[in-house]
Amino acid sequence: MFQDRDETTEAIRSGVARLCMDFPGEYWRDLDAKRAYPKAFVDALTEQGYLASLIPEVYGGAGLDLASACVILETIHRSGGNAGAAHAQMYTMGTLLRHGSEAQKQQYLPGIADGNLRLQAFGVTEPSSGTDTTRIKTTAVREGDFFRINGQKIWTSRAEYSDLMILLARTTPRSDCAKPSDGMSVFIVDMRENLGKSITINKIDTMINHSTTAVFFDDLMVPADNLIGQEGKGFRYILGGMNAERILIASECIGDARFFVDRASAYAREREVFGRPIGQNQGIQFPLAQAHMQTEAAMLMVERAASLYDQGQVRGSEANMAKYLAAEASWFAADTAMQTFGGFAFAAEYDIERKFREARLYRTAPISTNLIFSHVATHDLGLPKSF
Amino acid sequence: MKALVCVKRVIDYNVKVRVKSDETGVELNNVKMAMNPFDEIAVEQAIRMKEAGAVSEIVVVSIGPKQAQETIRTGLAMGADRGIHVEHDGELEPLAIAKMLKALVEKEEPGIVFCGKQAIDGDNNQTPQMLSALLGWPQGTFASGVELNDAGALITREVDGGLEDIQINMPAVLSVDLRLNEPRYASLPNIMKAKKKPIDGTTPADLGVDPAPRLTTLKVTEPPARAAGVKVASVAELVAKLRDEAKVI
Ligand SMILES: Cc1cc2nc3c(=O)[nH]c(=O)nc-3n(C[C@H](O)[C@H](O)[C@H](O)COP(=O)(O)OP(=O)(O)OC[C@H]3O[C@@H](n4cnc5c(N)ncnc54)[C@H](O)[C@@H]3O)c2cc1C
Ligand SMILES: Cc1cc2nc3c(=O)[nH]c(=O)nc-3n(C[C@H](O)[C@H](O)[C@H](O)COP(=O)(O)OP(=O)(O)OC[C@H]3O[C@@H](n4cnc5c(N)ncnc54)[C@H](O)[C@@H]3O)c2cc1C
Repeated sequence: MFQDRDETTEAIRSGVARLCMDFPGEYWRDLDAKRAYPKAFVDALTEQGYLASLIPEVYGGAGLDLASACVILETIHRSGGNAGAAHAQMYTMGTLLRHGSEAQKQQYLPGIADGNLRLQAFGVTEPSSGTDTTRIKTTAVREGDFFRINGQKIWTSRAEYSDLMILLARTTPRSDCAKPSDGMSVFIVDMRENLGKSITINKIDTMINHSTTAVFFDDLMVPADNLIGQEGKGFRYILGGMNAERILIASECIGDARFFVDRASAYAREREVFGRPIGQNQGIQFPLAQAHMQTEAAMLMVERAASLYDQGQVRGSEANMAKYLAAEASWFAADTAMQTFGGFAFAAEYDIERKFREARLYRTAPISTNLIFSHVATHDLGLPKSF
Repeated sequence: MKALVCVKRVIDYNVKVRVKSDETGVELNNVKMAMNPFDEIAVEQAIRMKEAGAVSEIVVVSIGPKQAQETIRTGLAMGADRGIHVEHDGELEPLAIAKMLKALVEKEEPGIVFCGKQAIDGDNNQTPQMLSALLGWPQGTFASGVELNDAGALITREVDGGLEDIQINMPAVLSVDLRLNEPRYASLPNIMKAKKKPIDGTTPADLGVDPAPRLTTLKVTEPPARAAGVKVASVAELVAKLRDEAKVI
């Protein structure tokens, strides 16, 4: 993505590619088998400054645009790695950056930039509300200088490897609000002080090695100073951050799609059965050409969404379309690679089956395909909302 | 002491090089380019000597097309202080490069010049030697060890079958070998800092050098494909073949 945009982008691309060479397929396979967190990889990304790319220079980051962050994540995924263990450190701070007070930014951003403070966790989804975020049941009730928080989040990724969490909770009951999206507020929660007391984290075993959890809040007392922005406006703040998340994850999908097309094309050139390379058969080469074209097209949409974001003009639609098209392209490429590798696709050593499992996630999270269709139908086509 | 480090933009070592269909050269369109790996080792050596206090300023030089600035920028992101770009499109031969470097050395007056032992594109292994001859400076080639001392520098050279230690006077031209060090890669903050470091531009004409090639390339072809091997049924057959056919034992 953003090929030949400028020297800095190219330097970042080769810097990240170089870093990834120290974390080859064996590294990821081993973690996958052990369901372990890629600590060494995350530490390397942190030390080399990549996770602080979006934090402004005044707070110790690199102050880069979203497009540069897209290049970082695409490169990691194209190399065969996975940024899912750490990518939230890049964008979760966006809510704080855009809506936090100067004091909050001074307090947290420099630590996040140098890696001493990990902000990896984003608590929105709940077991009983799912995609229907306005029905979240976690509540925050003001008591003097504190908010008392009770409830449960699910699929809170990386909570075990995070010091802070951006948390969405209801501060006014839904029935008392003019709009369902009112009455929710965002908090920055320091989990370290409360772990095992008012915060319990339970690991969820998943199909891929993606560290994710269920988090329980039991009379968690959060200082009122940790409220981000205005009380009741939290949903809007979260949505802004979600556009960045979707565009960045779309970039990971582009990286994955390229990984599959690169690997499968190389295999199809080398592997000979029936006395010729399998890639000479149209049954193999046509789907690869199709996967390549779909990837190129999706990439254009991701670049467009990222550029609009950097100009402050992105809408949910572009971010959603980018994420949808990129996730579909990577899924098609994944399946095509599975087919191209024949039986060997199933052997862990080739990394295809691992990446195939990983690629599937992005048709569901962070937002599922149906909800993107619904968004585009109502916002871009003027169709009545279906729910 | 100022160090001058020469860096070349070459096809990335991960890329499979393809010969152009008209056999006039190798395909460079849409091919990923990078700093010559031996030059990375040269930059790293200069940085380590600066970190140790032996070098005060590192200047990286590249001669080539506009995009060679990216290669200079890579050196700056690793930790060099400033760059010099001699802009030239088209073929360049070692002698012309050595002459341009000589002009730059006379201007910059470094105490040490680092080059890679060869560039992985042409594999010429000539520029540093020619530069040292033109300058009348000592040379330490294929260096896998560099130690400054009161008398100059102790250089460990990688030679056939072993290592050779030589003591040379300074200033000198060094060409560095693979085992000298493992080059660092640039971190994001250093990539950002490199954007602000200066790169001066100049041309072969400014340096008083005529870069016109003296050699004509007739044809570039792929090496012949290797013939398939043979399978042997037993160790005895293998030994017999090695002795009677290959005549290696
Ligand atoms: C590995 C992983 C990591 C995650 N990390 C995080 C995280 O860090 N933080 C966080 O807050 N969340 C996280 N999530 C949650 C993720 O955002 C949700 O899983 C996702 O939004 C879907 O919600 P749900 O699972 O409750 O599905 P549901 O809402 O139950 O939906 C199930 C299916 O029904 C469809 N559906 C629902 N409503 C409609 C409708 N009106 N019309 C048509 N179809 C509909 C959906 O599209 C989906 O296909 C993660 C999920 C996973 C799997
Ligand atoms: C879990 C598992 C269990 C297995 N169990 C057994 C078992 O018990 N016993 C056993 O004998 N085998 C077994 N197999 C092997 C299985 O039958 C082969 O993997 C399968 O037949 C494909 O062969 P291949 O993997 O060598 O793929 P290849 O032959 O290399 O084919 C690779 C791809 O190229 C395509 N292709 C090849 N030639 C052409 C052509 N001419 N035109 C178009 N497309 C072409 C193929 O369709 C495939 O998509 C197993 C495989 C797996 C994964």
